[in-house]
Amino acid sequence: MAARVSLFVTCIVDQVFPKVGLSMADVLERIGYEVDFREAQTCCGQPAFNSGYHEEARTVAKQFVSVFRDAEFVVVPSGSCTSMITHHFHDIFAKDPDMHEEVEYLAPRVFEFSRFLLEVAKVDDVGARFNGAVTYHDSCHSLRELKIKDGPRRLLRNVKGLELREMSVAEECCGFGGTFSIKFPEVSGGMARTKIDSIHETGAGTVVSIDSSCLMQLQGALTRAGSKVKTMHLAEVLACR
Amino acid sequence: MSLIQIQQDEKIRSTVADSKIQRAVYSATARLKEKRSEVVSADALPEYQELRTQANLIKKHTLENLDFYLEEFEKNLTANGGKLIWARDGKEVADFILGLAKERGVKMLVKSKSMTTEEIHLNDHLEAHGIDPVETDLGEYIIQLAHDRPYHIVAPAVHMTRLDVADVLEKNLKVEREEEPEKQAMIARRTLREKFLAAGIGISGGNFLVADSGAVTIIENEGNARLTTSAPRIHIAVVGIEKMIPRAQDLAVFLKLLGRSGTGQLLTVYTSFLSGPRRAGDADGPDEFYVVLMDNGRTRLLADSEKRQSLYCIRCGACLNACPVYRKIGGHNYPGAYSGPIGAIITPQYHGIKENPWLPFASSLCGACAEVCPVKIDIPKILLELRKEVVESRAADSDSFAERKAFQMYAWMMRKPKLYALAGKIGSKLAGLPGLTSFGPAAKWARTREVPRPAAKSFRDEWRDRKKGGR
Repeated sequence: MAARVSLFVTCIVDQVFPKVGLSMADVLERIGYEVDFREAQTCCGQPAFNSGYHEEARTVAKQFVSVFRDAEFVVVPSGSCTSMITHHFHDIFAKDPDMHEEVEYLAPRVFEFSRFLLEVAKVDDVGARFNGAVTYHDSCHSLRELKIKDGPRRLLRNVKGLELREMSVAEECCGFGGTFSIKFPEVSGGMARTKIDSIHETGAGTVVSIDSSCLMQLQGALTRAGSKVKTMHLAEVLACR
Repeated sequence: MSLIQIQQDEKIRSTVADSKIQRAVYSATARLKEKRSEVVSADALPEYQELRTQANLIKKHTLENLDFYLEEFEKNLTANGGKLIWARDGKEVADFILGLAKERGVKMLVKSKSMTTEEIHLNDHLEAHGIDPVETDLGEYIIQLAHDRPYHIVAPAVHMTRLDVADVLEKNLKVEREEEPEKQAMIARRTLREKFLAAGIGISGGNFLVADSGAVTIIENEGNARLTTSAPRIHIAVVGIEKMIPRAQDLAVFLKLLGRSGTGQLLTVYTSFLSGPRRAGDADGPDEFYVVLMDNGRTRLLADSEKRQSLYCIRCGACLNACPVYRKIGGHNYPGAYSGPIGAIITPQYHGIKENPWLPFASSLCGACAEVCPVKIDIPKILLELRKEVVESRAADSDSFAERKAFQMYAWMMRKPKLYALAGKIGSKLAGLPGLTSFGPAAKWARTREVPRPAAKSFRDEWRDRKKGGR
C-alpha cells in the first residue's frame, strides 16, 4: 500500500498560485504516494506572528494542528510556512504545555516539498523535462532556518533539458518579508530590483524558488520592470514532462 | 499613520531614490562583506564556527555573572592605579568629564573612535560647556568637520565619496582642495598631530574590559587611539558595562573574530591593552587613568533572559554589511547612534519601544544578520519579540486600530474554513474591479511592483474538480 501524504496548501498558493499545489500533488503521485487534501486547512499563522500578533497567530496555528494532528506526513510548498510550523510553533506555545506537546509530536512529520522528495521519498530525479535555462533563488527561511541549499538545485539539475545558472546574489533576500513589503514598499521594491538585476545577468528565462511568496514579489518587480523573465515554483518545474 | 511615521517614511523614500548614496553604500558594504567571507571561510579559518560558539558562551556567562565581574574589574583596575567611575547615563558621563576638565583647566581634548560616546552625544554636551572635543579617527574627524553623524558602526563616513571629503576639508580647514584619499589623510594627520600634543585629556571607548587584569582593550587601524590614550596627561575610557570579558586569554577568541568580521582583517593594525596610568620606568602613558563604566539602559536588558543576548555585541558591523535593508535605507534613517540590524534591536531596548515603534518592523526577517554575527546574536528572534511588545504596548492606540482589527478578523476567519473559502471567492471576483489597487495595502505594494491577481479558481476548487475527474 502506498504511503499517504497530506498537502498543506499555503494560503498564498491556495488563493493566488493554485497550479503550484496541483503540480506538487502530480509529482507526489507520480513517485507513488497517495495524496490527500484536508479541506479544513487554512493558514499557518505566520502573517500574524511576524507582525507581533501572537495571540492571533496561536488561534490560527491551533487550526493547523487540529487539521493535521493524525497525518502521516504533511508536505508544504513553502520553506517559510514550514519553518513557521517546525520552528516557531514551539515559541508561540511555550506557555501552553498541551499545545506544545502536540507541536512536538506533529512538527517532525511536516516537510518542505523538496526536502520531502530527497529525505523521505529518497528521490532526486522525478522524471521531469523542461527546456531552458533557469536560475534558483534561495528563499531566506528555507536557507537560514531550514538549511535547505543544495537539495532544490540537485532536483533541478536532474530535470532533462534544464540548464541551471547561478546568480551572483542567490542568497540575498528578495525583499518580500510579509507585511514588510507593504510597510516599507520602497525598501522592499529596491531589494527586489537588486535581485532582478542579478537574475537578468544570468540570461536565464525563468527564476525558480521553493516559496511562492518570494516569487510573487519577484514577479511583481519583473513585470514592473518590463522583463520577460518568468517565475516558477520548483513543483511546477518538476511537474513538467 | 502618525506624523513621525509619515516623516520617517518620506526620509526613507528619499534615501532609496538617491542613486549616489545607494551606489556608495552598496559598493562599500559589498567590499566589507566579501573580505569577511574570504577570511572566515572553511579554508581560511576551519575553527570559525567553534570560535563563534565559544564567543557566545563567554559573553553569556559573563553577562549572567556581570555583578561579580564588574567588582573584579574595579578591584584590579584600582590595584593598577586606575580609577573607576560609575555612570548611570550620558549626563553622568558628561558631568564627570566636564568636572575633571574644569578642575585641571582643560579646554581642548582629543577623542578616538567610540560608539558609546556617540550614543550619549558627548561632543554636544562638551561643546555646550565650552570644551572643544576633536575626533581623531579619520572617518570620525571628517564627520565632525561636516557636522554629520556616523553612517556605519565601523565605517562612519561610508556614505561620502572622496570628492565629498575634498569639499569638507577644503571648506573647514582652509586648505587647498585635495581629491586623492592618501593626500587627504596627510592633511588630517598634520592638523591632528598638533591637537594630540596640545590636548589636556584623551577620551577613548573600549572594545573589551578585561576583568582579571583590570584592563581596557582597544583595537584600531590608524594609531590615533594609541596617541589619544598616551599623549595627553589624562586618559578617560568611556565603556558600556556589557563590554566585559572574564580573562585576558578570552581575547584569543574575540580578537580572532572582531577584525575578521568587521573589516576582513586577521587582526587590526593596533591592539592596545591598557592597564593603568604610567608607572615609574614606563616610556610613556598618561598620569591619570579613568574608566567610566556606563549603564544607559543596559541593566534593563540584563533582566530579560532572552533579549539579554543583545548585549553580546562586539560592534563589528558585519550585520550592517550583510543586511539588505540597511544597504537600502542607509545609516541615517535609524534613530540613535547604532544603525542596521543591531541598532534595530538595541536602540528600542535602551530607550524604550514607544520612541520608535516602527523600528523592529523595518526588516524582512531574512536572517542574514544572525548568519554573520560573530557572537551569534539571534537578531531576527529579538526583532519578533520586540514586534510583539510594540503591538502589546500600543494595544489602545488609535494608530494601530485598523491593523489590530484586521488581524483579529484574519484569526477569526482562519478558524472557519468554509467562510475563508467563500471570502477567497468573493475576493477573487472583486480583484478584477478597476481602481481597486489605488488604496489600502495594494496601493502601497503597487508603488514599486505590479499587484498579483488572485486566481480565478482557488486550489481547493481546482482540487474538487480534479477529484471529480477521477484522479
